[in-house]
Amino acid sequence: MVEYILLGVLLLLVLVFVYYFNRLNVLSNTIDNSWAQIDVQLKKRADLVPNLVETVKGYAAHEKSVFEAVSDARARMMGAKTIEEKDQAGNMLFGTLKSLFAIAENYPELKANQNFLMLQEELSGIENKVAYARQHYNDSVLVLNNLVTTLPGSIFAGILGKKTRTYLETESKERAPLKVQF
Amino acid sequence: MEEQIAANKRNSFILVGIVSIVLVGLGYVFAQIYDPSLIFLFLVIAVVLSTLCTIASYWYSDKIVLSVTKTREPKPLENEHLSNVVEGLAIAAGIPAPRFVIIDDDVNLNAFATGRDPEHAVLAVTSALLKTMNREELEGVIAHEMSHINNYDIRFASMIAVLVGIIVIASQIFLRSLWFSGGNRDRKDGNIIFLVIGIVLAILAPIFTQLIQLAISRQREYLADSSGAYLTRNPIGLASALEKIKDNNVNTKVNGAVSHLYFTNPLLFKNANSLFATHPPIDERIKRLKEM
Repeated sequence: MVEYILLGVLLLLVLVFVYYFNRLNVLSNTIDNSWAQIDVQLKKRADLVPNLVETVKGYAAHEKSVFEAVSDARARMMGAKTIEEKDQAGNMLFGTLKSLFAIAENYPELKANQNFLMLQEELSGIENKVAYARQHYNDSVLVLNNLVTTLPGSIFAGILGKKTRTYLETESKERAPLKVQF
Repeated sequence: MEEQIAANKRNSFILVGIVSIVLVGLGYVFAQIYDPSLIFLFLVIAVVLSTLCTIASYWYSDKIVLSVTKTREPKPLENEHLSNVVEGLAIAAGIPAPRFVIIDDDVNLNAFATGRDPEHAVLAVTSALLKTMNREELEGVIAHEMSHINNYDIRFASMIAVLVGIIVIASQIFLRSLWFSGGNRDRKDGNIIFLVIGIVLAILAPIFTQLIQLAISRQREYLADSSGAYLTRNPIGLASALEKIKDNNVNTKVNGAVSHLYFTNPLLFKNANSLFATHPPIDERIKRLKEM
């Protein structure tokens, strides 16, 4: 009789272990996948940049400092390897693009240009998706962190060597035009 | 926001529990009146019928619903705008972006979602909604619909439909069996009391559980509101959309069978705030969103 009970307990332990093993891996994979999503959107944004720069140059060729800042930021973006590097480079690129759009405020013909408007719309769509992708990443990290830091998940996380993951810091969301100093 | 989501889920499960208790209670009372083997037969018939009907409607929910509603593929301009919104929210929710179609209606502001799981989901919006809502509001509406898909509400509603269907059919069989009282031999002796209880229950239970079914539908609507607001992190967008809808909608020709799927109650009964409504009253929805 006792053997059956022990067997039952053992089976239960195995099942619980399998459950947590799977859950930790699924959550980890979800986080990696949501990063991949962000990566896709960041790349789309970086790809849009040359076109945007050319359009603005057509009207404001002398704003050299801003163009250089944008090119540098884009180069950094292309060269970034780790998640943290890409995220930071992405934030920087976002910042320089804000300056680029600030320029457009001073050039009415540029603002009215169809190409520019289309690019602006596309960029706006991409920024939105980047924001949502980051939100999903952080949501997924929250779920994993909750599992890893509470009992009994923390026991299994310890055994399997899974740790909490870090959140992405928010990009600044304001689109208020900055004053470009001459 | 998370507490609202949790509360709504809890409430819908409590309501499901009530329906299950009614089912078990009904079975018990019938068993006192008739031979257990006959009860078994009743229940088997009821379960089979109910399940078959519901499986079909659940599995093909996307095709069925689309065939009774007049929808069309989106035009390129509509496509651009709506697809950005839908894709963005799908990324936030971590699901594949669902298909969307347009309902040609320039007067009524409404939308619905259907499909047995995120991979087979379809969203529909009226052309009027697309024109009238700004980006925030459109995101709110789409997020609400997408939450229905995420919360597997179609599946949930189908399961409830099975339970309620069993109760309705079993009650019907029971009442009809009394009519053809050739079953005298199967009746246990001296169980007049149970007989009376049984009849009363068989008449009341279907009505009661259908009311509960409507209450469940309203709970899931609140859940979709709160889940949608969590997705956009912006409850005001949805609240503002609801206010526009409140001021606008007129009675419309919608197939009654699918009216519960719509974003707001398209068949506005005079007492839309009553127990018979599939959707909670708009004012209450707006209030809850603003309190998040």
